[in-house]
Amino acid sequence: MTLELFIQYLAAGITYGSIYAIVAIGFNIIYNTTGIINFAQGEFVMLGGMLSITLLDFLPLPLAIALAVALTMCIGAAIEIVFIRWLKNPGVLRMIIITIGLSILIREAALHIWGDNVRALPYFIGNEITSIPVLGARISPQVLWVIATCGLMVICLSLFFKATSVGREMRACAANRTAAILCGIDTKNMVTFSFILSAGIGALAGAVMSPITYTQYDIGTGLAIKGFTVAILGGLGNSPGAVAAGLLLGIIEAFSVSIVPLAFQDAIAIAILLVILFVRPHGLFGSSTTAGLKEY
Amino acid sequence: MRNTLVLLPLVALIILVQILAGWTDSVFYLTQLTMSAYYALLIIGLCVVMGYAGQISLGHAGFFAIGGYLSAALTTRNLVPYHDNLLVKILDSAGFLLASQDVYGEPLLVVTPWAACIAAILTATLIAFVIGIPVLKLKGHYLAMATLGFGIIIFRVVLASAYFGEADGISGVPGFTLLPGLTVSGDFQSRAQNYYIAWAALLIGMLLLRHLIDSRVGRALRAIHSSPEAADSMGVDTARFKLYTFVLSAIFAALAGVLLTHYNGGIGPSEASVMKSVRYVAIVAVGGMANLWGALIMGVVLNFLSLRGVFGSYDDAVFGLILVLIMLFAPNGILSLHFGLLRQRIMMFCRKGPAEEAK
Repeated sequence: MTLELFIQYLAAGITYGSIYAIVAIGFNIIYNTTGIINFAQGEFVMLGGMLSITLLDFLPLPLAIALAVALTMCIGAAIEIVFIRWLKNPGVLRMIIITIGLSILIREAALHIWGDNVRALPYFIGNEITSIPVLGARISPQVLWVIATCGLMVICLSLFFKATSVGREMRACAANRTAAILCGIDTKNMVTFSFILSAGIGALAGAVMSPITYTQYDIGTGLAIKGFTVAILGGLGNSPGAVAAGLLLGIIEAFSVSIVPLAFQDAIAIAILLVILFVRPHGLFGSSTTAGLKEY
Repeated sequence: MRNTLVLLPLVALIILVQILAGWTDSVFYLTQLTMSAYYALLIIGLCVVMGYAGQISLGHAGFFAIGGYLSAALTTRNLVPYHDNLLVKILDSAGFLLASQDVYGEPLLVVTPWAACIAAILTATLIAFVIGIPVLKLKGHYLAMATLGFGIIIFRVVLASAYFGEADGISGVPGFTLLPGLTVSGDFQSRAQNYYIAWAALLIGMLLLRHLIDSRVGRALRAIHSSPEAADSMGVDTARFKLYTFVLSAIFAALAGVLLTHYNGGIGPSEASVMKSVRYVAIVAVGGMANLWGALIMGVVLNFLSLRGVFGSYDDAVFGLILVLIMLFAPNGILSLHFGLLRQRIMMFCRKGPAEEAK
């Protein structure tokens, strides 16, 4: 393999990897505050892309994306308030089925609103053939947009969780819910907030990636599976782990194209997921003691 | 004995429906009822896994597809080019192969439906066993994702391999002669016969599962469902019972796949899709999880409506909505609903804030 080809694959891997990492962080945020895996996480990404494409007819690009993200956040909040907030001690199975049902409803609604065409936002800078030479390989500026946005989101999120009071309250919720309630934290609002936050980052990732990966009504399931693989690989609830695992999965997938047919690319991620679940259910970077205390 | 007698009204109903359909000149309903019965066969198997053993599986369409695709491929793919292969020779001399001519008069050598059926079911059993041992150690979300992942792999494999017809699936599957004079096929003449075959298969399955639930195994399963730790400490081998029910339900799913494929004369990749698995889970949930009758009734009714095209292009959306509504308002299934309970739940939903703080 030549150096150029290597860098080309690497760039593709990092791009997809950072998207997977964002989806995985979305899973983690909700999992940490509620213990729920939100199977509709991938649909937030789809909504972010679809809404910004529609809004682009009326607004300039940055505003369209901002409004799309805001709308998706509202949808996230609405989902939590209507379907989850009022349930008393729902079992894990019940929550899984509810979020799966929601993901189907969002997907079908998107199918009826936008049809089954493949759509995409225009490139933020230049067009399909604009490229920046890097060590002999050619990389689209959009790839840099995706990587930069995802990187920025990760940094902002970690600052948010460390430095702001809301972020600290959410972490308290994750660490010990009962103790958080005793400290006067309104845990119910924190749960709503976690849905809003994770819908927001999903939607932003969906909008930024749309020019290169395209947006279709049914991309959510695939992304959710990849995102979940990454979340597990990094240890459920562990966001730095998710970033590392996301990049790892993205790069493995990108290089796998040179070995196995493209049609089996998804199967690779899933096979990795299964192996990890069987061998180290607490993830590559998670600790087994913490995992033992958690409720799956 | 009681278990067997309970089925008698159902037998009467099945015969009544067939006679009524004959009188009112609406035999075409029998076709969808036959297909619904096969889907219901899968669903009652899944019901034991979900309701009684308490394990979710989002991969049962995968087992259905293993059964359907293997029997379809084995009974249609020509083995003449591999005639000199040792394995083919052994199979041929054992009577598992059927020589005939295709529509162009070329020689055709395929596996007989019986042998294909047995091979398909054995494969599904083996895969369920191999997958089940590690998968059933997982719980909750992990189990859901692992089974979902298994389903997607099967879907990808049938979609990407030429042997399974890629996106077109396999068509031209011959009929399956169970006994002389008793053939599973889509012939218009044998519509009533096939209706009875399908329902007989469903009834036998139901009978088997009801006896299983009332046996030692059933009690062990219920113990596992309410508390795995307690069951473990009482000496119940939880891992083994979970695995057995999982494998049993995979056999049910594969058998349904085999029979339905012969009945339809073909199978397409949509049968392996994740949406199908989700639909089966939805139906078990609507039926009330640990309720075989609920699963059977809902399995037949909902599949029948869906096959009749009642939901139109909202087909998948209807199943999503059913999932959400049932889990929100009637987690014990639609048959468990009393009017008062429903009203109480809806009231709670409407006045969630104050009502909850009072408690």
